[in-house]
Parts: sequence; C-alpha cells; structure tokens
Amino acid sequence: MPGQSVGVVESQRAHFDQALHLRSGGVLPAYDLVYETYGTLNAAKSNAILVCHALSGHHHVAGHYADQPDNIGWWDNIIGPGRPLDTDRFFIVGLNNLGGCHGSTGPSSLNPATGKPWGAAFPIVAVNDWVHAQARLADRLGIDSWAAVMGGSLGGMQALRWSITFPERVRNAIVIAAAPKLSAQNIAFNDVARQAILTDPDFHGGNYYEHNTRPVRGLRLARMLGHITYLSDDQMGEKFGRELRNSAFSFGFDVEFEIESYLRYQGDKFAGYFDANTYLLMTKALDYFDPSREDGGNLTATMGRSRANFLITSFSTDWRFTPARSKEIVAALLANGRNVSYAEIGLNFGHDSFLMEDAHYHGVVDAFLRNIKL
Amino acid sequence: MTHTLGRPDFDLIAAWIQPGHRVLDLGCGDGTLLKHLIETRGVQGWGVEIEDANILAAIRNGINVIQGNLEKGLDEFADQAFDHVVLSRTLQTVRHTEGILREMLRVGREAVVSFPNFAYWKNLRSVLDGRMPVSEDLPYQWYDSPNMRFFTLLDFEDLCNKMGVIIRERSVLDEEGNPVTNEVNFLGSLAVYRLTQNR
Repeated sequence: MPGQSVGVVESQRAHFDQALHLRSGGVLPAYDLVYETYGTLNAAKSNAILVCHALSGHHHVAGHYADQPDNIGWWDNIIGPGRPLDTDRFFIVGLNNLGGCHGSTGPSSLNPATGKPWGAAFPIVAVNDWVHAQARLADRLGIDSWAAVMGGSLGGMQALRWSITFPERVRNAIVIAAAPKLSAQNIAFNDVARQAILTDPDFHGGNYYEHNTRPVRGLRLARMLGHITYLSDDQMGEKFGRELRNSAFSFGFDVEFEIESYLRYQGDKFAGYFDANTYLLMTKALDYFDPSREDGGNLTATMGRSRANFLITSFSTDWRFTPARSKEIVAALLANGRNVSYAEIGLNFGHDSFLMEDAHYHGVVDAFLRNIKL
Repeated sequence: MTHTLGRPDFDLIAAWIQPGHRVLDLGCGDGTLLKHLIETRGVQGWGVEIEDANILAAIRNGINVIQGNLEKGLDEFADQAFDHVVLSRTLQTVRHTEGILREMLRVGREAVVSFPNFAYWKNLRSVLDGRMPVSEDLPYQWYDSPNMRFFTLLDFEDLCNKMGVIIRERSVLDEEGNPVTNEVNFLGSLAVYRLTQNR
C-alpha cells in the first residue's frame, strides 16, 4: 500500500469529573482518558474516525514519539497520508480504554478515596461502558457524529456497540475479525487465562501493587495461551514446524522446539509491561459482550437500532472469531435492510491477520472509507 | 440499437423492477447492474460475489456486496427479504441448478434469471461444423469457460415446470440484443425470465 506514516505524534490526557455509572453497578467518580489524534478535524467536524483497541491495545495507534523513534503505533500500517485511514482527509482518534494500563484510569491508577492503587477494588467495566466514556471524549473534542467507528476483535465489538448505543452518532462502522458474542470455547480460553493469573501466589487478591510484586508467571501463561489462539495452525506450522533450537532432542523440559521458544519470549515480553488486573478486566469485557441480550438474544432486533453503513470483515484462518461469527452480524444487518458489505479476507495469520498489511485487505477498507461523504 | 452499459438484458431487468424495491444480485461482479438500478430505478441493492477483485471493485463502486459462494446457498438471507433476486448470465456456471433456483425464490418474491441459449442457431451451426460455439453471449473457449451446465430455453422451461416454478414473463434476444418473438429456441441467443412460485 502506498502512503506514509503520520510521523511524530504526542499523546494527550483528558480528565472527566462527571461520575460514570457502570454496567456492573460500580461507579467511577472521576477518571482520565489518554488519547492521540492524527490529521485535522475539519470545520464541520464531520471527518472524525474513532479507532477502538483490542485486548492489549492502547491509544498509541499510529506514528512514533519524538524521543522514541522505535515506539511505533500498533496499527501504523493503515493510518497516514495516502493510507486507508488517510490523515489528509480524516481526523483519527485513538484512546486507551478505562481499566487499561497505558495511562487511562485503571486498576494500577491511584484510587482517590484511599490514596492507594485501585487493584481489586477497580470495578468491572463492560464494552458499553467504554462506549459511554468514548462518547464523553467525543463531546470534549466537539464531535457530534463519527464519520466512522472501527476496530478489530474487541475493537470491532466496540464499533458494533457504538452503532447500537448511539445510532445517531455513527455514520459508518467497520467491524473486523469480531463476533456478536463469545462462544463457550472463547470464554473457556479466557477463563484458563484468568485462572493462570488468579492462582499466581504473587497475585495477592489483585492488590499486588502494595506488595511490590506482580503476578508475572500467571500473566505470562495467560499471554502464551492467548497467543496460540491468535495464530493459525497453518502459520505456526510454516513458521516453526517441529524445528528444534538444537539439532537433537534433549529429553528434558527446557526449551527445545522453536514454537516453545517463541511463545515463552512473547509471554515474557508481555508480562514485563502489561498489568494483570487489566488483563482480567479485558477478558471479562469480552465474555460479557452480547448486545442481543437486551432483546432476549434476538440480534436482528438489536441491529435494527443501528443506522450506520457497515463494513464487516473476517479472515479465513481466524479460528478465534471465525468468518461464520462475522456472518451472524451480516445476517442481522441484512434482515433489517441495512447497508452492509462483507469481505472474507484470505490471510494466513489467524486472528492476528487484522493487524497485518495486505493489499486486498487494506484495499477493501480504503474503498469503503473513500465512499464516505464528509 | 444501443443498450445500457452494452448489456441488453440490463434494460429488461430494469424495466421489471419498481422504484424502491429491494434487489439482490447474485454474482454481481463489480456491481454495474446494481449501480444502474440504484441510479435509474432508486432501488435498494445488495450483491453477492465470490471473487476478491470483484468485492473490492463493488465496494469501490459504493455497492453493498456480500462475499459468498452461491453453491453453498444463501443462508445469511432471510425468507422473502427481497422483491427481486437477479441471476444474470450466471446460472450456466452454477453446479447446483435446482438448489440456487429454490434459494432465489426462498429469499425473493421474484427471481430474474438470464442465460445464454445453447440451441441458438449459430451455436448449433458451430457444433455441426465440428466446433464448440463461441459468440457474444458465449464468449469463452471450451478450455477456459466457467460454464458447466449447457441448456436451452426448452430445457429450462421443463425444469421450471418440474419444480413448480411459474414463468411470469420471458424475453429473448438475438446476439445484437434485439428482441426475438418467433422460434425463440432457435433464433434467441440470450433469454431473460421473470419467475415466481406459488405460496
């Protein structure tokens, strides 16, 4: 794909004093959201696109920081002048969701009531809570309606939820590699990940900050497990196969196969910077996500409240949220006579395909966005 | 005689479709027909396509397009969701002929089907000369043709009869796109049918 990166970016912080009442019954009396913007908001404020992040994402979506040239945004390949999310045309907003660990208020933030980190006291947040918090950020930025709300995986679920909760504020929604709700298998994987964290002796009931420790072992296991579900069997086979680090078996339990080495590396890297409580919250947000619950499980009735034009995209090798799951959303939109296009992209990278640079995949997103009238 | 976008069947199809109708175009390609129907008849349109390049082209054309394989049915579409379901010059490429016709009449009130007539006299002459036919409406060599079902107007009407499908209207065109009214199975190169089903 032609086009350039947005280059040097800065993150910003917005403080909100108005209490946010959460789906879980919890209340956040006040909170901060960190965010980044790329491009320029036009005079009519009609060219804004919200990019929602997935489980481990954050507000640093594109570009790099002046003092950290190697710290490149997680979806840099799709954003910038001449790229599908063209910053010469659109104003892009990315933020870190509530409960996160990259600067927005989350379990590792100080609870003003106690002066200590929130830890286990941080309330469970749901996708719809994020949408409400994001709407307040939109208000702050003067954005009445988004030209588009988009995201992959859990980010796509936020785009879907936006279109239902605030139909008048979403003109287009791009839902990539998502599902209308998790399957039993999806929840099962999430619970094994949570159990790894919850049973780590360093977890201390979620208040590990006070013990100057972190449940690194549990978080590492959770990430290793998650990582397996993000990749495809084919890709793992191609990339690692049964390759050994040394030429012969060692008949022991140290790293032998390359796939073991890769997963342990990914687990260690992730456990080094991510917050375990945030991981727990994000997986619960996924498990609870099911907008059709408000309509007795009738997704068609739920999607009937949306007014947006939709682009739904899935990936052929994604076994976490298969193409069939995306087609459930497509069917519900079609039953309401909504404008919807659906593309099943043949990419080999499993669920993680949504982050990859691919001419056809990016071409589809680009073509859809080009037809948006500002 | 000039025809819309060089496709004489498009004008016929457009004439059968009322403004505001919901139209599903199976094998919609880059969405040319749907775009024409949206612009000239003010319909609401969706297409189904299997090819990546056509998905991209249709989205670029601003057309709703769903990627899918017609051979696997139309599961994502509800019963009677559309006023018209169009299958333009595609039936001869589909293996599950009865299946797709039933699916069309399940999701749509009416089906519009166009296909090349293999009994067109020039095609017959070609076969008598010892060659598989290549024409305006059969523009492929035998070795690169996507066509897998070879049938005539009479064959198709027999199948409709067997399936209990009602033929509401039929238009037959010659190779230049002019209407044919006599000896249609012999003089017609392309047939366009408007089908429905008793409920």
